[in-house]
Amino acid sequence: MALVTKENAGLRLVTRYAVLTLVALVFAFPLVFMIISSLKPDQQLLQDTSSLRAFLPVGDISLDNYRAAFDRAPIGRFMLNSIFVTIVTVSMSVAICSLAAFAFVYMKWSGRDAALSIVLATLIIPFETIAVPLLLMVSRLPWIGVEGVEWGWLNTYRVQIVPWIVDALTVFLFVQYFKDLPRELIEAARAEGASWFQVYRRVVMPLSGPVLATAVILKSLKMYNEQYLWPLIVVQDEAHRPIMVGLGYFFQLNVAWGELMAYLTLISVPVLVFYLILQRAFIASIASTGVKG
Amino acid sequence: MDRTLPASQRGSAMASRLTISNRAGWGFALPAFALITIFIILPFFFAFYLSLTNQRLISPNPTQFVGLENYRDLLGLSVITLGPERDENGAAVLNELGDLTYPRVRTVTRNPDFPQYRGMREWFRWRSGENARVVIASDVVFWKALANTLTFVFFIVPLQGGGALLLALLINQKLRGINFFRTIYFMPVVISIVVISLLWRFIYDGGDGLLNNILGALSFGLFPPVDWLGQPETALGSIIVMSAWQAVGFHMVIWLSGLQTISPTLYEVAAIEGASKWQTFRYVTWPGLRNTAVLVLIVITMQAFALFAQIDVMTNGGPLDSTQTLVFQAVERGYGKQDISGGSTISVLLFFIVLLISLTQRYLTRDRS
Repeated sequence: MALVTKENAGLRLVTRYAVLTLVALVFAFPLVFMIISSLKPDQQLLQDTSSLRAFLPVGDISLDNYRAAFDRAPIGRFMLNSIFVTIVTVSMSVAICSLAAFAFVYMKWSGRDAALSIVLATLIIPFETIAVPLLLMVSRLPWIGVEGVEWGWLNTYRVQIVPWIVDALTVFLFVQYFKDLPRELIEAARAEGASWFQVYRRVVMPLSGPVLATAVILKSLKMYNEQYLWPLIVVQDEAHRPIMVGLGYFFQLNVAWGELMAYLTLISVPVLVFYLILQRAFIASIASTGVKG
Repeated sequence: MDRTLPASQRGSAMASRLTISNRAGWGFALPAFALITIFIILPFFFAFYLSLTNQRLISPNPTQFVGLENYRDLLGLSVITLGPERDENGAAVLNELGDLTYPRVRTVTRNPDFPQYRGMREWFRWRSGENARVVIASDVVFWKALANTLTFVFFIVPLQGGGALLLALLINQKLRGINFFRTIYFMPVVISIVVISLLWRFIYDGGDGLLNNILGALSFGLFPPVDWLGQPETALGSIIVMSAWQAVGFHMVIWLSGLQTISPTLYEVAAIEGASKWQTFRYVTWPGLRNTAVLVLIVITMQAFALFAQIDVMTNGGPLDSTQTLVFQAVERGYGKQDISGGSTISVLLFFIVLLISLTQRYLTRDRS
C-alpha cells in the first residue's frame, strides 16, 4: 500500500476517468446522433454516418426537418393527446391507489387481506397477454356521457386512460411507504374524532411527498413513453392518437430520415429535460422500488 | 348506521368503531379494486376462456367451444427418424455433393399410416449415424417463438444484470463529477423503447450503419459490413444488445441502492484483514447483495418475457422467424390475423411460464426474515 506514489495515484485517477468517459460515450452516442441528425438534410445525414461528422453539427444545418415534420403529421395534436392522457391517468392513479393503500394499511375490514393479495397477484400478468381480450371487452363497454349512453370505447381518450389508472406496482409502492409511517399519528387523529378521509387528506398525504414523487415519475414515464401496443390497436383516428403511434407517418413509402430524427427528438427532449432537472428524484424513485423488493 | 342496532349492542359497536371499519374500508379500496378487476383480472380469465374456443375477431360463424384443441395445435411436437434413401442393392444414394439423401418429411406427415403426424412440419434436424432425426411440430412458428424468447431471456439476464452491476461498482466510487456520469448512464432509461428501437435500426443498418462504420474504422477496414438485423444469425443478438443497453441504467440504480445498504464497517474489517479487491467483492459485497440480486434477476426475466416493441419496430419477427417472440406472436395472431383464440392460447401459455418464474422467486427468497 505504501508503494503507491503520487504519480501512480494520478495515473490511476486518469484511468478511472477515461473508463468512465468511454462508458458515457457508449450511452450517449445514439442520442447525440439523433439530435445532430435532426438538423441535417437527408442526403448529408446518410453520408455523414461514415465519419465522426455524424456526431457534429457541421455542414448544412437548419431546422427544415422540424418544419417538414410538422407539415407531415399533426404533431401538436399527438403531443397534446399524450400529455393529456398522461396527466389525467397519473393524477387519478395516485389518488385512487393511495386511497386503496391507506385502507389496506390502516383500516380493518373483512376481506382486506384477500383483496390486497388479489391486487398484488396481478403484478405477474404481463399487459401484452391480456391486450387482445381487453380489446374485445372495451369495444363493447358502455359509457355514460353528456349525450346519454354510448357503446364501445374505441377511438377515445377514455380507452387510453381508464384501464391504466390502477396498477399493482403503484398500490404496492404506497402500501410499503404507509407501513413505515408512525401509526400513533393516525391513531391520535382518529381519537380526536377525525374521519378516515380527514386522516387520509390531512395527516397521511402531507407526509407522503417522497412516495408521491416516485409514483408520479414511474407512472408518467410509463404513460408517455410506453403507450405503444395498446393505442396501436384501440385508437385508429388521428384526433385521439398519442405520439408513439404517430411514428407511422414517417414510414410511408420512403423513410424521411431527417424528419424522423426531428420527430424522435421532439418527443424525447421534453422527458430528457425533465429528467435532467429532476434527476435526483428520478434516480431516487427507481432506487426506492428496489430497496424493499 | 348505529341507529339500526338495538340499544344493548350500541355500546360495543361504538367501542369497535375506532378499529373496525368495514364500510369505509371497502369504500376506500373499492375504486382501485374494481378497476383492477375489470381491466386486468377479467380480461385475464377471458383469455383463458377464449383459448378454449374458436373465436375470431370477425366471423360469420358462431363461436364454438373446442376444448384443448388450440393447445394441441400449438404444442404438438415429435421426433421422427428418417433412414437414408437406398437403391435396389441397398446402398445409400448420395447426391452430387457426396451427402446422404433422405426422403422428404412429407412422406411421413402425409402418410395415412401415421395419422398422429398429420399437418406437422419440420422445425430442425440433426444427423445420428446414417439416419436423420427430424423434429416436427404442428406449429413451427410457435416453437421458434418460444425458443427465441427463452434464448432472449437466457442471454439478457446475465448481460443486463451483470452489466448493471459492473456499472454500479464503477459509479460507486468517491470521485468528483461522478453524478455527471451516473446521469449519462441512466439517460436511455427515460427514452421510449420505441424511439430507441428506431434509432438502433439506423445504427444496425447493413449498408452505411453507424455500427458498421465504427467497427470498420476501428479495424482499419478489416471488418466487413454486416446487415445486423437482416440476417437470422445476428438479428436476435442485435436486439438483445440494444435492449440491455437501454435498460442497464435502471438496474444499475437498483444495484447501487443495494450497495449502499452494506455496512462500511464490513469493508473496514476486510481492509484490516488485508483482503484483495476480489476477495472483498466475493465475501463482503456479493453476500450483501443477495436480495438485490434476486430482485434484479426476476425483474429482468419478467420484462424479457414481455418482449414486443423492439420486435415490432425493428424486425417484425423476421428474417426467417429468427426474432419471433411469444408476445409478438400472441399479438400478431390475436390482432393481426384476427385469430383471437390462437393468440389467447399463446398468452395463457406465456402466463404459466411467468407464473413458474415468480414461484421460483418465492422459493429463492423463502428464508428471508
